[in-house]
Amino acid sequence: MAKIEEYIPLVGQAVIDDLRLLSERLKGKVIQHINSTPVGGGVAEILSRMVPLLRELGVDTKWDVIKGGEQFFGVTKKFHNSLHGRAEEITQRDFEIFMETSQQNIESVNAYGDIVFVHDPQPIALIKKKADNKWLWRCHIDVASPNEKVWGFLMDFIPRYDSAVFSAPAFSRRLPIRQFLIPPSIDPLSDKNKELPQETINFVLRKYNIKKDKPIVIQISRFDRLKDPVGVIEAYLQVKKYIDCQLILAGGSAEDDPEGFKVLEEVKERAKKDPDIHILLLPQNDIEVNALQRASDVIVQKSLKEGFGLTVSEALWKAKPVVASNVGGIPLQIKHKYSGLLCHSIEGASFAIKQLLSSPAYASKLGENGREHIKNNFLITRHLRDYMLLFLSLYHPEDIVNLC
Amino acid sequence: MPELIKAKEPFRFCTRLHLSELTGLRATTLGQLLVLIKEVPGSCIYHHTHRFLQQHQYLSPEPPNDFAYWVTDILGEDELGERLVSIDTMQYSTIRDLRDKIALTIEDCLRDSPFAKLKFARSGEEFHFMKSVSFILPTNYFVYDLEEFAKVLKKITIDSIYFHIFEARLRLEKSTNDFSYWIENSLGDKELADKISGFDPYTRTLEDLRNKIIQIVERRITD
Repeated sequence: MAKIEEYIPLVGQAVIDDLRLLSERLKGKVIQHINSTPVGGGVAEILSRMVPLLRELGVDTKWDVIKGGEQFFGVTKKFHNSLHGRAEEITQRDFEIFMETSQQNIESVNAYGDIVFVHDPQPIALIKKKADNKWLWRCHIDVASPNEKVWGFLMDFIPRYDSAVFSAPAFSRRLPIRQFLIPPSIDPLSDKNKELPQETINFVLRKYNIKKDKPIVIQISRFDRLKDPVGVIEAYLQVKKYIDCQLILAGGSAEDDPEGFKVLEEVKERAKKDPDIHILLLPQNDIEVNALQRASDVIVQKSLKEGFGLTVSEALWKAKPVVASNVGGIPLQIKHKYSGLLCHSIEGASFAIKQLLSSPAYASKLGENGREHIKNNFLITRHLRDYMLLFLSLYHPEDIVNLC
Repeated sequence: MPELIKAKEPFRFCTRLHLSELTGLRATTLGQLLVLIKEVPGSCIYHHTHRFLQQHQYLSPEPPNDFAYWVTDILGEDELGERLVSIDTMQYSTIRDLRDKIALTIEDCLRDSPFAKLKFARSGEEFHFMKSVSFILPTNYFVYDLEEFAKVLKKITIDSIYFHIFEARLRLEKSTNDFSYWIENSLGDKELADKISGFDPYTRTLEDLRNKIIQIVERRITD
């Protein structure tokens, strides 16, 4: 895993110096992150990079994971979908299941941190353990138009936290506590984002039996309805009428996502007649994801809802042209026609993919602009800085905090 | 080369890091935008008129304040957008004054073009009010003369340059930027101080601004 010094060639010495200035202000504080899964999905991925770097900077950081069975994660998946605005039948029994498991976690999890940093709804009820320490709730979900029943349930807990954190301005609503905007980030030195030799890229293509004889369009995401993999196939089929290309749909699954396998079956069914559609159920192998992104000509993220959509930042960091839905945190990463193309429909996605495949110089310019935007705003060093400022804000309610 | 004047008091470089605080307040029409501009804390006005300076360090198609962007790109009120973009922030020494000017500009538009009142943003394109929370920290850099000053300017973060030029003047309501203040009062070089405070920093990227100040200071050293 990369050391903090290794980021200097990418972001400059002064940025790292600032991180050290901040970390000194947090000496003596224990930061305890709590989420629901140690692997799979964006939250675990970010924590697995941030926790070691915060420790290296001298911030005493721990990471604990709550426990939950299939039933509990089935309910939290329904919560997740309905917070994204999808119609889900939520029963009283669902809330009871949630609270039963939450109660077990309240009894078993030790909330020892000076600052307890709870991620997403699964562990939200742990706030019942709040003593005189500080508690943060980080919502990674697009809650711009949530199911009010589920949001109302969460509102039994949210106001008890000291502050909340959201990934995009549209997710905020009036709350009785402070709320901050902190978009997530990518790690440019992780296996998923670092530079790769051409041999590695070729090796991965051979492994999955993909020839580079036609342009590659790819979407890398969990097999999840909100990522609309079937919609991506529809868009590709419209492109295919005019441009001979191939489509890769690649993704893994997370422990807390029992619905994924059902969606995968639907995708396979829709794709079975076209040999140029490659459905790859990837193991947790970031080098392979990296290689597939680098081998592609256009990267798609056609989500119907998106907490943030880190795959867009990953793609732009590799200076790839991106077609993505105008949802969640994606418009923060893409300025339409400047650092990528935004779309609202299958037809829009198809038109944008055709444009990019037909105009390589335009595609390349969008990719270069995108890389610059990610470098300035969405790398892990900015995220580390924001988190440390967030921790400090818990002890400073004022708008101008003078630490000189 | 003339001997460099040593300052009585060193210049201590600080840096300013910021967090964006959400308010949950949003506007879908020009009328709502105006009401909220008059009501929100000064930290909101500061955020929406200065955020771009730090977020877009390279040339981008972003207009230099969020109000102008929203009015132009979302409501399609190009003329009002242009008037908001053109507000000369350097002429205002407090956030209150700047807020009043923005509000007056929108009021004029609402009075003169009745159709502007009828436009509204689609769902998902509302204007979301946010605040800037600033954290000011001392760095380990302090200097006694112009040569040391130019050397540190080359390596300090743009956040530090931003703080001393923009935030100190407008948000902390000092009469001038910190660099000019120190150069005039500790080095006694009013001419150089005036040169630095005399150009409009709002029309440059922060890297351009850094290079411009270094250039002026280095020219002074070799004069």
